[in-house]
Amino acid sequence: MSIENAQRSENRKLLVRLSIGAVAMFGFGFLLVPFYEKICEVTGINNLLKADEVVNTQVDTSRLITIEFDANIHDLPWRFHPLQSVVKVHPGELITIAYEVENTRDKPITGQAVPSYGPAVSGQFFRKMDCFCFTQQTLEAGERRTMPVAFVLDPALPDDVHTITLSYTFFEIAGKNASLPVSGGSGT
Amino acid sequence: MAAVTPDHLHDHHHGPSGLMRWITTTNHKDIGTMYLLFSFIMFLSGGVMALTIRAELFQPGLQVVEPEFFNQLTTMHGLVMVFGAIMPAFVGFANWMLPLMIGASDMAFARMNNWSFWLLPVAAVMLIGSFFVPGGATAAGWTLYPPLSVQMGMGMDLAIFAVHIMGISSIMGAINIVVTILNMRAPGMTLMKMPLFCWTWLITAYLLIAVMPVLAGAVTMILTDRHFGTSFFNAAGGGDPVLFQHIFWFFGHPEVYIMILPAFGIVSQIIPTFARKPLFGYASMVYATASIAVLSFVVWAHHMFATGMPAQGQLFFMYATMLIAVPTGVKVFNWIATMWRGSMTFETPMLWSVGFIFVFTLGGFTGLICAIAPVDIQLHDTYYVVAHFHYVLVAGSLFALFAGAYYWLPKWTGHMPNETIGKLHFWCSMVFFNITFFPMHFLGLAGMPRRIPDYALQFADFNALATVGAFGFGLSQLIFIVVVVKCVRGGEKAAARSWEDADGLEWTVPSPAPHHTFEVAPVFK
Repeated sequence: MSIENAQRSENRKLLVRLSIGAVAMFGFGFLLVPFYEKICEVTGINNLLKADEVVNTQVDTSRLITIEFDANIHDLPWRFHPLQSVVKVHPGELITIAYEVENTRDKPITGQAVPSYGPAVSGQFFRKMDCFCFTQQTLEAGERRTMPVAFVLDPALPDDVHTITLSYTFFEIAGKNASLPVSGGSGT
Repeated sequence: MAAVTPDHLHDHHHGPSGLMRWITTTNHKDIGTMYLLFSFIMFLSGGVMALTIRAELFQPGLQVVEPEFFNQLTTMHGLVMVFGAIMPAFVGFANWMLPLMIGASDMAFARMNNWSFWLLPVAAVMLIGSFFVPGGATAAGWTLYPPLSVQMGMGMDLAIFAVHIMGISSIMGAINIVVTILNMRAPGMTLMKMPLFCWTWLITAYLLIAVMPVLAGAVTMILTDRHFGTSFFNAAGGGDPVLFQHIFWFFGHPEVYIMILPAFGIVSQIIPTFARKPLFGYASMVYATASIAVLSFVVWAHHMFATGMPAQGQLFFMYATMLIAVPTGVKVFNWIATMWRGSMTFETPMLWSVGFIFVFTLGGFTGLICAIAPVDIQLHDTYYVVAHFHYVLVAGSLFALFAGAYYWLPKWTGHMPNETIGKLHFWCSMVFFNITFFPMHFLGLAGMPRRIPDYALQFADFNALATVGAFGFGLSQLIFIVVVVKCVRGGEKAAARSWEDADGLEWTVPSPAPHHTFEVAPVFK
């Protein structure tokens, strides 16, 4: 009988160890979140909320790129549109355009714009010096705001790209992540 | 190999009878049987979903189901087959066979074993029941990628809770298996003398303990993103949907091996029996299994080549993935070397095993092709990928499960399965499987995307062919029910050693295996 008891306590010991292992791995899953953010930060991937470095380049007047601007809202009671829908630019030229946004609701709302590019490959050549998408935007009830985007197209842009579409989507920031008043975004 | 069999085996069973016997049972054989029945029922329900998908894809255009429902079907087919059919089926084999193979009287924690099983029907009801809630079942794909999974209706919440419950069940089952194998082996059975099925399950159990909690974490993050205002995966709140893919595939790739390693184990038991030679390269098989398990933790991002990874990352994951072909190749070559110059006979279990090697290796090769990053960017989310993982999951895991079922049915029921019907089942499955999934390679290469209810006209012929094959394959599985029912009812009496050259402690107990076995540990020489 004592052998059986010894076996039982051995089993129990191993059970406890393996359960601790399982719980630790549950924690590890959550640990992957800061780990991922750190890797993105270190390698500079996914820096949507940071201004790009200005590379001192010459304006390439031999090329003219058409840039189309698009605006979307995702479940937000806002009106959001670019003040000019198309511009033609030479790579290397500093361009400033503007978007206009208006809160149509009778209470303040915080939103975050997320850019995307078509074709996707042009994103890395689209260097934004200033953008409303770098921070959360809080609009008072009925407030209207004109927001600039300053950018330079990197002349290294592949030759087969003639048109770039820059599209912003505004998402509502609800809950504790909303920054009131406006401060930097909550990190990448 | 010989074992001293105690002569006081008894077959009577104490405790409640009728339904309560099954609800309260702590006997590993009863629980194993329930696991196998449960997984077969889930296999049939997942199969009905698959056939509905194939019916819709029979012709271009929308005929049978709405696109929204189609998406629910592809999602639920994946979840049900992975978590409801394949995984519980292997746990059922582990429950039935592990104690018999290592000479233990039962699993280490018999009461917990009962719990791990009875959690499953609860999870299954939640999962399948989610079809009937407003908005229907989750349609985010079995990988549950955000942003879709964050936006779905309440079917998604049910799926999340079902995954939680099935995860807890798997972890409890895995802990039970590790403790049983490590602590309860008969005297004389060292780790390196264990049957290979025990080895593959030991390693699989460790994988389960390591990655099921990570999946639980990932779906918990989706749940809090949905309801508690967190932004793990919400770009607007500073999160990142790609993060989910990393966490999911950190679970997902080991999960792939969780579903195939026990299959390797089953095939490694069967081939030596019917080749009448010991397994070639036993030690290398053990090391190959272990290295596949270790490598499975560093290859996850090969599922994500299309997410825009830096080139160095793509190269790392590409080479690491290709490295897995080495231990897998060792296994395939060992099986072939075991058959080489053996006195082979082709009873049903052997047919399934040889069929397994043939089709699984095909799936392995297409896996290598998908591992090449520049090629994968072309093939990503096409039917080529669908063909690949069905070759390894259906022709791999499922064929091995059938092989194992035919191999051990005599031990479970006391009767030999009907060879003629069994072979019919094999040949129908083999032929229809290839008719279903082989054309999908061509569809994928031609660019047909997966998870789409409608498609361009040039894909019509291969899709029609695949649908015909799928219905043939689905109906062929009904043959298995006939075999099992006939085998339980009667048939040729099975001897204790049911197959001529079968090796292992499980063949030293009578067939059918009595309710209690090895109450006094056998001495293994």
